[in-house]
Amino acid sequence: MPRPFTPKVVTANDLLEGDVIYFTSDDGWTREMSGAELLTDEAHAQLRLLEAQKQNLKIVGAYLADAKAGENGPEPTHFREEFRRKGPSNYRHGKQEAAANV
Amino acid sequence: MYKYNNFDEAFLAERNAQFRAQVERRIDGSLTEDEFKPLRLMNGLYLQLHAYMLRVAVPYGTLNPNQMRALALLAEKWDKGYGHLTTRQNIQYNWPKLRDVPDMLDALGEVGLHAIQTSGNTIRNTTADHFAGAAADEIEDPRPYAELIRQWSTDHPEFQFLGRKFKIAITGSETDRAVTKAHDVGLRMVRRDGVPGFEVIVGGGLGRTPMIGKVLRDFLPREDILPYLESVLSVYNVLGRRDNKYKARIKITVHENGIDTYREMVEEAFVLRKQEFDGTDQQLLAEIKEHFALPAFRSGDTAKFDAAYEADPVFRAWVDTNLSAHRQADHTIVTISVKNHGETPGDITAEQMRVVADLSEEFGYSELRLSHEQNVILPHIHKDDLPAIHARLRAANLATANVGLISDIIACPGMDYCALATARSIPVAQEIATRFDDLKLEHEVGDLKIKISGCINACGHHHVGHIGILGLDRAGVENYQITLGGDGSEDAAIGTRTGPGFSYEEIVPAIERIIQAYLNERDTADETFIETYRRVGMAPFKAALYPDAAKKVA
Repeated sequence: MPRPFTPKVVTANDLLEGDVIYFTSDDGWTREMSGAELLTDEAHAQLRLLEAQKQNLKIVGAYLADAKAGENGPEPTHFREEFRRKGPSNYRHGKQEAAANV
Repeated sequence: MYKYNNFDEAFLAERNAQFRAQVERRIDGSLTEDEFKPLRLMNGLYLQLHAYMLRVAVPYGTLNPNQMRALALLAEKWDKGYGHLTTRQNIQYNWPKLRDVPDMLDALGEVGLHAIQTSGNTIRNTTADHFAGAAADEIEDPRPYAELIRQWSTDHPEFQFLGRKFKIAITGSETDRAVTKAHDVGLRMVRRDGVPGFEVIVGGGLGRTPMIGKVLRDFLPREDILPYLESVLSVYNVLGRRDNKYKARIKITVHENGIDTYREMVEEAFVLRKQEFDGTDQQLLAEIKEHFALPAFRSGDTAKFDAAYEADPVFRAWVDTNLSAHRQADHTIVTISVKNHGETPGDITAEQMRVVADLSEEFGYSELRLSHEQNVILPHIHKDDLPAIHARLRAANLATANVGLISDIIACPGMDYCALATARSIPVAQEIATRFDDLKLEHEVGDLKIKISGCINACGHHHVGHIGILGLDRAGVENYQITLGGDGSEDAAIGTRTGPGFSYEEIVPAIERIIQAYLNERDTADETFIETYRRVGMAPFKAALYPDAAKKVA
């Protein structure tokens, strides 16, 4: 039996801002992981990665990151993606800073 | 210190203009990321976890006040108000935007700074003893040689596409404050029959395969430094492996081929290379040396210093930990700790940068240094100015008396910023510092170097920490391995692993158990941690770290 596929999201960094972004189901990008398209099929995930990578003028370094379905959309399963989603732990910079200013 | 001439200024301006155009071409789509990436890396621009990161070279760690103010300007105008001092005497900014970077580089260019070759498979910033030119034990100021190497290695056509990055460190003292034995090439000044020259060490390095460098030449005449370095590099460039990134550093080349073979090849190349040098390099070196002439040190009694030392215990504690012996008896070297308890090691705010720039201008002959231990140095201070300096540092939150102590921790950015990291290192450093400050044990424990890396690449030098901590990802959870007995000095040693690692929650208590074991084991209060470790070995520390394992055996 092949191992079951771990769901994924496509994530990258914004070309100009450098911050973390996620690929959405309508071929756009969001700054919130919860707004990303959760990919549960392996072949579809590969296809979506290729489609994301075509947007070379907007993004840098797209890859598939493990995720799981949460109450409000995709959530990280690994601490690295948790830090990317939030920001560093020594200052309230990064996404947590933006969230605090809303 | 070195001042750019017309050639340097024009070179840098052109280079910055080229990069500005490259950024524009990336943004308009003329360049793909694959094409742009090597170009941005050559100019010090990385992409990290949350943002771009610009690493600015501080050649051999030397700055003047205006350069420090320019670094403050960058922090304030284009970043989040601070910069991070690195373990290779550089400074990096964690939050620049791509469009702003050309402006940042131009602002640096105006004060003779750049970010060239702070990344990529090139010769990186040459690091030096941070007490260079000031230390009492120095044979000769190594910085003119480091500047010569900077000029020679910048854009050197033969060495722009090395198999891997290449790091050189240089010290003018036999005491090694530059970790020369953990560099691709280490140059340590020694005397033979009264004449200074360099001991050339090759193949040191930390990372995945830590190695202490080996002596390639026990005495190199000073005038041969460039042809010899060129020979070392040319052999590496041809012989070094390019099939496997993890086996590409010169330490592996030397290890696989043997130091004797490597030496033979270098000496053979040296005969030819030396003929190609017509003496221009020595003329240039002579000119560079003029830039590094010692300041005219003022003289005068130290009555104010003596009185403050007698009267003020806070001042006294700072003097006892943060000063080092200067070549002139009434002067001293001040290490300004950028390691406040509970704060990020090496993070310095724009305001603090301006304070140290002002102090250096008013009291310190306009000289500043950054250390690989992530602190700032005022290398030439008359002792009578110390009370005034200390008061100003206190007001700027820069007067922590902990240099060389348990909270003077080297830590890499780790998983909080770095795309390569496997675990966090900053919060571990913060918590260790806070914990021992709370326990009021810091001064009791005395000299101790803790070094923390958030991945196997070892930017935090954990292998040469008396206590080294390496953060790893073990099945999706942060896990920290401890090594003991490492040493980055002239008695360089790679630390030994204690055993299984500890979780994020367990690592600070584990360090506390090690310290308790040291306090129990040491002969006298004067026996330092590393001395005790060398005397008693690993066993008592292991017993303290893994009490359950001891029980099982019993």
